[in-house]
This record gives sequence, C-alpha cells and structure tokens, in this order.
Amino acid sequence: MIPPESIRSILATDCGSTTTKAILIERGPEGYRLVTRGEAPTTVEAPFEDVTRGVLNAVREVEELRGRKLLEGDSILTPQRGDDGVDLYLSTSSAGGGLQMMVSGLVLQMTGESAQRAALGAGAIVMDVIALNDGRRAHEKIRRLRQLRPDMILLSGGTDGGDVKRVTEMAEIIAAADPRARLGAGYELPVIYAGNRDAAPMVQACLGARTALSVVPNLRPSLEREHLKPARDAIHELFMEHVMAHAPGYKKLMTWSPVPIMPTPGAVGLIIEKVAKRDRLAVVGVDIGGATTDVFSVFRVPESTEPDATVFNRTVSANLGMSYSVSNVMAEAGIANILRWVPFAVDEVELRNRIKNKMIRPTTIPQTLEDLVIEQAICREALRLSFEQHKTLAVGLKGKQTVRDISDVLDQTGSGATLVDLVDLGLLVGSGGVLSHAPRRAQAMLMMIDAFVPEGVTELAVDSIFMTPQLGVLSTVHEAAATEVFERDCLVLLGPCVAPIGNAKRGSPCVTVEWAPASGAASRHTVAFGQLLRVPTPEGGTGRLTATPERSFDLGAGKGKPVTRTVRAGVVGLVIDARGRRPFALPDEPAARIARLREWNRALELYPREV
Amino acid sequence: MGHAYTPGLRVAPETVVRRERRLPLKGDVCVARGAEVGPGTVVARCELPGNVQTVNLAAKLGVDPAAVGSTLLKPVGAAIARDEPIAEAKAMFGLVKNRVASPADGTLESVSSVTGQLLVRERPIPVEVNAYVQGHVAEVLPGEGAVVESRAALVQGIFGVGGETHGTLAIATSGPGETLGPSHLKPEHRGAVLVGGDHVSHATVLKARELGVRALVVGGFDDRDLRELLGRDLGVAITGQEDLGLTLVLTEGFGRIGMAARTWELLCAHAGRVASVSGATQIRAGVLRPEILVPLQAHAGAHASEAEGGTLEVGSFVRVIRQPWFGRIGRVVELPAELSALDTEARVRVLVVAFADDGTQATVPRANVERLAG
Repeated sequence: MIPPESIRSILATDCGSTTTKAILIERGPEGYRLVTRGEAPTTVEAPFEDVTRGVLNAVREVEELRGRKLLEGDSILTPQRGDDGVDLYLSTSSAGGGLQMMVSGLVLQMTGESAQRAALGAGAIVMDVIALNDGRRAHEKIRRLRQLRPDMILLSGGTDGGDVKRVTEMAEIIAAADPRARLGAGYELPVIYAGNRDAAPMVQACLGARTALSVVPNLRPSLEREHLKPARDAIHELFMEHVMAHAPGYKKLMTWSPVPIMPTPGAVGLIIEKVAKRDRLAVVGVDIGGATTDVFSVFRVPESTEPDATVFNRTVSANLGMSYSVSNVMAEAGIANILRWVPFAVDEVELRNRIKNKMIRPTTIPQTLEDLVIEQAICREALRLSFEQHKTLAVGLKGKQTVRDISDVLDQTGSGATLVDLVDLGLLVGSGGVLSHAPRRAQAMLMMIDAFVPEGVTELAVDSIFMTPQLGVLSTVHEAAATEVFERDCLVLLGPCVAPIGNAKRGSPCVTVEWAPASGAASRHTVAFGQLLRVPTPEGGTGRLTATPERSFDLGAGKGKPVTRTVRAGVVGLVIDARGRRPFALPDEPAARIARLREWNRALELYPREV
Repeated sequence: MGHAYTPGLRVAPETVVRRERRLPLKGDVCVARGAEVGPGTVVARCELPGNVQTVNLAAKLGVDPAAVGSTLLKPVGAAIARDEPIAEAKAMFGLVKNRVASPADGTLESVSSVTGQLLVRERPIPVEVNAYVQGHVAEVLPGEGAVVESRAALVQGIFGVGGETHGTLAIATSGPGETLGPSHLKPEHRGAVLVGGDHVSHATVLKARELGVRALVVGGFDDRDLRELLGRDLGVAITGQEDLGLTLVLTEGFGRIGMAARTWELLCAHAGRVASVSGATQIRAGVLRPEILVPLQAHAGAHASEAEGGTLEVGSFVRVIRQPWFGRIGRVVELPAELSALDTEARVRVLVVAFADDGTQATVPRANVERLAG
C-alpha cells in the first residue's frame, strides 16, 4: 500500500443491503475533499450474486460524473497513473442484510438474552432467539433454523458447572436442522459455542463434524455475571473468515483493497467513537437504513474515577428500517404512534397498504408532500424504538465484564440503561437516506429531536450524503484524510437544541436564551412552554449560549439554574424546544394535536406549504 | 441512480423447477430416483421426538431433590401412560401417601437430583413430506428427502401467506380488474386454487375457506384484512407457516390493484389443471416468493423464463407503484435527462407517463414505476 502521506486519491464504497455507494476523495490545495459520489443497486442476491458488479456500476457512475478513468476492465485501477485510477480503494459492507445470526440459550430471559446482547453488540442482526422455554416444539425450532438460513449461530446455555444435558439437547436440535448458510452454498455454517464449559465436549461431538464450530468461554459463567467479549470476538473473526469470504463476489472484492472489508456498522462506530474522543463529548449516532437501524453511543462511565473514561455501545435494531422493515415499524410502534406525527387526517386502510407496498417495493420514494410527511412520521417511530432498544440492550463493547446483581438478573431488560444520559449528550448525529436526503435539513433536525427527545443543550448534525461508513474504514489507514473529509464534506451541523426538562401550563414562561455569536449581534429569546422556536444563526462559526430556565425547569444544572455553553452554529440554526420533557407529550385530542404540529412545522419552516 | 426498481418476479409459460423436499429430522425416503410423483405423494417420513414435559417431583411430593430418584415407580426410559402414577412418597410421618401422575403418554426421560425435576417425553410425532408438485424425483437425499423436478408454468407472487397446497386451477372473475366477491364463489370451487382479479376482502377469504377453497390468487389485499386474517400485525415479512386453512397469494401488492395481464392470461390458459401453490415469502433478502406452479403434460418447446423489468425507454409499458397514481398503467412518453423537483422539493430523475385508461399524462419519479411486459 502507498504510504498515507503520498496518497492523492481515494475511492471508497459501501455495499448496503439495497444500494452500493461510491465516493471519490482527492487531495487538492485545501487538503482532502470529497469530489463526487455515485451509486448503483447492490448485486449480492440472485440473479447476479456478485457484489463486485454493483461496485463497478457505482464506480462507473463516479467515473462519468468526474470525467476520470477509474476502472481498468473489470477492476479498479490502482495506484493512480497521471489522472487515471486512484491510490487507495477500500470498502465496507452490509449487503445481503448484514450479518444475520440466530442465537440460542437455555432460558429465553437468561442465557438467551445474554447471547442476544453478545450478537447485537458485535453488529449482527438477531433473526431469532431459540431457547428451551420459547414455547416451540423441537421440530418447530428445527424448521425455523432451516427456514431462516442464518449466517452464523451462537449457542449458549447453562452456567459453568450447571446443566449439561439440556445444553446438549440444544446442540442436537441444531445438528438435526443441519442448517445451510445463507450466502454461497457449500461451506460449513459457523457455530460459536459459548455455554457451560462442562458441556463443550458433548457439543463438540454433536456439531464438530458438521459445522465450523468454535468453542469460546461461557458468556454467562454464572447467573450474576455476563462475559460477552470472547463470543463477540469470535463473531467478528468468523464474519471475516467465513461469511464474507463466501458471500458472492467478496473474494474478488477483497483482492481489490489492501484494507480488510469492514462491516458497515463497525465502520460507522469507529467514526462516532473518534469524534467523541476528540471533542470530549457524549455522542449518539444513528444510521437508519432500509432493513436495520444502528444506534451508537459514547457516554461517560458514571461511576468511574477517571474523568475521561467512556463506554462505547452499539446496537442493531434488526427489524426497524424504512423499506424492508417499514412494516415492522408499524407493527412495533402501532399505527396510532405513527399517526400522532401526521398533521392531517389519514385513512388507516390506505396508510396500512402504503406501508406494506413500501415493504414489498422498497426503493420507491415519496412524490407528494403528504407522502413525505408520513414517511418522516414513520422515521420518527423507527428512531424512537431503536433508541429504546439501545437503552435497554446496550452493553460495553470494550471487553468490560458486566457484573449484575441478582435483581438485574431477574430484570434483564433494565440492564445498560443507566449509561444513556440525555442531559450529558453533547452531539447527536443522524445518517441514512431518510435523514441525509431530507429535502430540508430542518426536517432531519426535528425528526431527530422528536425521536431522541434530547434534554439540556445538544448539538445536532447529519451525514450529508451518507458516507460515514467509508470514512470509518478510511480512518483505519489514513486518519487525517478521514477527519478532513468528515469535517468539511460529511458532517453537516444542523445547530444546537435547547430543551428544558419539566412541564407547565401552555403559554407560561419556560426558558430565556441569550445567544452571542462569535461574529454578529447578540440576541435574547424568551420562550413560553409549548413553543418551538428557531433562531437563524450564521453558518460556520461558534457562539456563546446562556440558557436560563424558569424555576420549575432544569437544563442539567438544576431547576432554575442557567447553563452556558460554547456551541457550533448550524444550517438550521438554534432551536429552542420548550415543548416539555419527562414526559414530552402530544395532545390526545386530534384537532389540538394537528394544530400544535402545524404550529411547530411553521416555526421551523419545515415544509414548503402547510400540510 | 436512475434505474426503475423491479422485484424481478418470474412469470414463465414453461420452465423447469426443482423443489427440495426435506424432512426436519433424519428418516426414511419413500421414493426412488426417477419415480413419477403427484403433489400429494409422500416422498419421505420420520418420527419427531415428542415434546418434553417437566414435572417438579420434589415440590409435588415434598421431598428433597436428591431423593426424587427413589420415589419413581418405574425406571427412567420406561413407557408410561397419561394419568398413570409415576412417583410416590410418604408424608406426614408416613400417614399420607403422595402420588404424582404422568401428564402425558410417553416415556420417562430423566430425573434431576439437583432440581428435583422429572422430564416426560411425549410419544413421537409422525411427520410426512409430500412431493408438493407433480413431476419426477430428480435426486434422492438419503435419509432426508428428495428433489422433485417438474416442467411447469410458473407465476411468482409478490407476497403470500399460508403453506403449500394444490388443487384445480379455477378462474373466478371475468377479468384481471374485477374484484373477487362472495358471489363468485361456487360449490364446485371446493378444493380449487381460485384466481380472482384486483382485490379480495377478508369476508370473502373467510367464505372461500368455509367453502373449502385451497388457495386464492388475487392482485391485491388490504393490510387491515391481513391483520384480521393473521390475528396480528405482520411485521417482518417471513411467511408460509401460518395455519390459515387456505393459502393466499398476492400477485401485485396491497390495496386494489389489477392483476398484470401476462399473469392473468397465463393462469387462464391453464384453468382446469392441477396447480401447486405456496404462500411462503421472505422479502428481506429476496430469497423466497410465493408461487403458483402448473405442471405441464408434454414438452411444449423451450421458453426462456421471463421476469418483468428491463431498461426504461420511451414507449415502455409501466405501472406506477406509489401514490398519487399507485397501480395505474401507461406508456412512457418522455425521459428527461435532468433532475426535476417534486412536490416534496426533492430533486430526482423522472419520466412522463401517458396513462392507458384516459390518456392523461403525469410526471413520476423513475424509482416509482416498474416496467411491465407489453
């Protein structure tokens, strides 16, 4: 590979489940900049079954747009020769729906849930959790295993020294199912065993000959202790060794790049973690795709004595997304929760059909403004649910052993929640088509505010054209280039949001914000409870913000206490959200709700006309 | 990305299909390679281990878990009948005898001296796998099943619910745009695979089920009715295992949407023949679509299988697949190269379509049409 300092041009692709996106970065007088992008449908499924065809199509679009030759025959021209070719090519991938796993434990709520956390944390999609007490008969489990064709299975169960026979029974079910791998027939399905160590020989005897079995330490060595790192490491390793190597066309793709292909969520996570570290901020990142929504967070460790100690968490909501999974957003959120964000009457039958049709024809786009509003309403719910899942399932990814007391063991879903502190949250970054391609940036900002309900003072940003994954993998080999492009071309700052915690009567005083930009006139804004206010700010600079809540409201410093922050201005401006927190609620009565939504939409100039 | 999306559904007048028929567990294969099979022919059978029931002997008998082994009236592995006493212990200084009866017919599987639990394994469940489609056995999977090959007309639907079935193909409506209503259902449709037009209601589906119709093939269905039919909102589109009493295949989508002419004509051409139908769908990775297979008697000459789709050009026959013109059909009259702003303010590549029914023209994002044959 060419030394980083000599790299003149970089081509990076992200093979998503629906679309393969390519970006071209060139070094100019101002340093590294994104110069163009292209995209094409992903070709990992039949009839093509070769990911490189989609990659070549996307690169061809870049070639045409930039007027530069990047391909030589059916491969990427590296290194750069004159104006042709690029010095570095790299790629990320979530094609074919990413890493799809089935996990299994003895008891659904105990080892089953631990196994689920291990797989989710490793960036996998959990297709199903199979447990002895899941209410299905053995043959139903077998049929399910065969039907779903996972990329990998994580088998856990039993605490060390505990039950052996039933763990073996689960292994027997997997053996009986003899599941085939989803991508590329003809290789052994990777199975990771992370259960009772005493049962390992029996599991080996049962599965060793017919699967690619890896035995790692128990992820639940005792009821009170969860130890997920060995299972997660094994998942990452097997993903590269088995799944990617057998996915259609990936062997060829791997030879094009000197850098290993990275799973998309892993690459996005890298960027989020780097931003958090550099700016010393608690950061939440979300990437909402067609099939899945990934949430990443970096928060301070509450009980740590080290002031800078942080924990990075990642969860993947496998069935929450805007196309393939859109129907599941409706099923999980309920139609009423989607409709509460829509400021006009919608026929339920019609809405249901629209959502299902989007699921079966996932690449269609809203043509009417009303359709856009509905799609953005669904997005709010998908983001909200993904964040809820993140709060309940996130655990540290740095090999921290999570020690739970017996009450946590009985209430597994409560674990991890304490790490997400909305008042501490400094930056919220959104990514994915529905946010990145929202016709007005204010739409993306309000979708994120409504879904994540940030508290205190929080900056918001979006990925301009969804290139965080490519920059994530680039950061592993050329951090300077990745950072420059991320700051200049990728991250679009929307602006800070000031949101006091508390509730009051509509119209009563809530908060006063003094805004002093680094250049320009200072201003002062008093906002009543129930209002949403946008203060336009000159783009690109910083400003000093002093927000003083009324006595019954809190911005993180205590009730009635002012907070002062230096924040970055954004393209939308400063948003003062006095609509209430804990809870944030919309009126129940439809006419009042619609009136309120319209008022807020007007305040942010959300749409070109009233809807 | 100016490509129109097409789900790539196949509508093939003649093609060779191979369907793997596997048992959930190792068992016996009942057919030999080359054997002719009908859709109902059993190709393999096995016995699945029965369900396991747990009995907390220690708690029920009031004894220490370590002692439960000695309370058994029959040894582990013995056959037992439902309500037969299986364990016994004395209580109240030997004055009272506590007995525990078996919750099911089966065998005593195991007893744990740690938890005091007894496992009763219910009797094995016989399972048979049929050929699903008329054809011949192309391959035997020893101990597991067979691969059945058939020369057939194939129609892939876009979405389905319900499992595999077969029956005589019957056309219920007068055209692809007519709604399948209760009045179309006739007693002779018992056991049939019934083809309707643009829509069917939940009430009609229930009536068809009552009548004994095995499968319904229609253009569209309302999601609200799907919820009624399934008893839940369908979130992730993985279907095929529902026990609905009939199989429902949608060829076009949700709502009222006329069946594509090619699909309709192909199904009409085979009315009266036996069709095999599966509602199994997996949208996610595009791996599984519902299907209607009509085995052909004789080799009618090779036809390449065709999928809808292809490059869009002026004159292409298209259907709009999103509001505000959802389901309408027409011909492309213009393909502007430059991006156009929509009502939403998004700038995308569009096309101008002249609708077939009234000749009016509309500008539609290219992503919102699918190409039809014709």
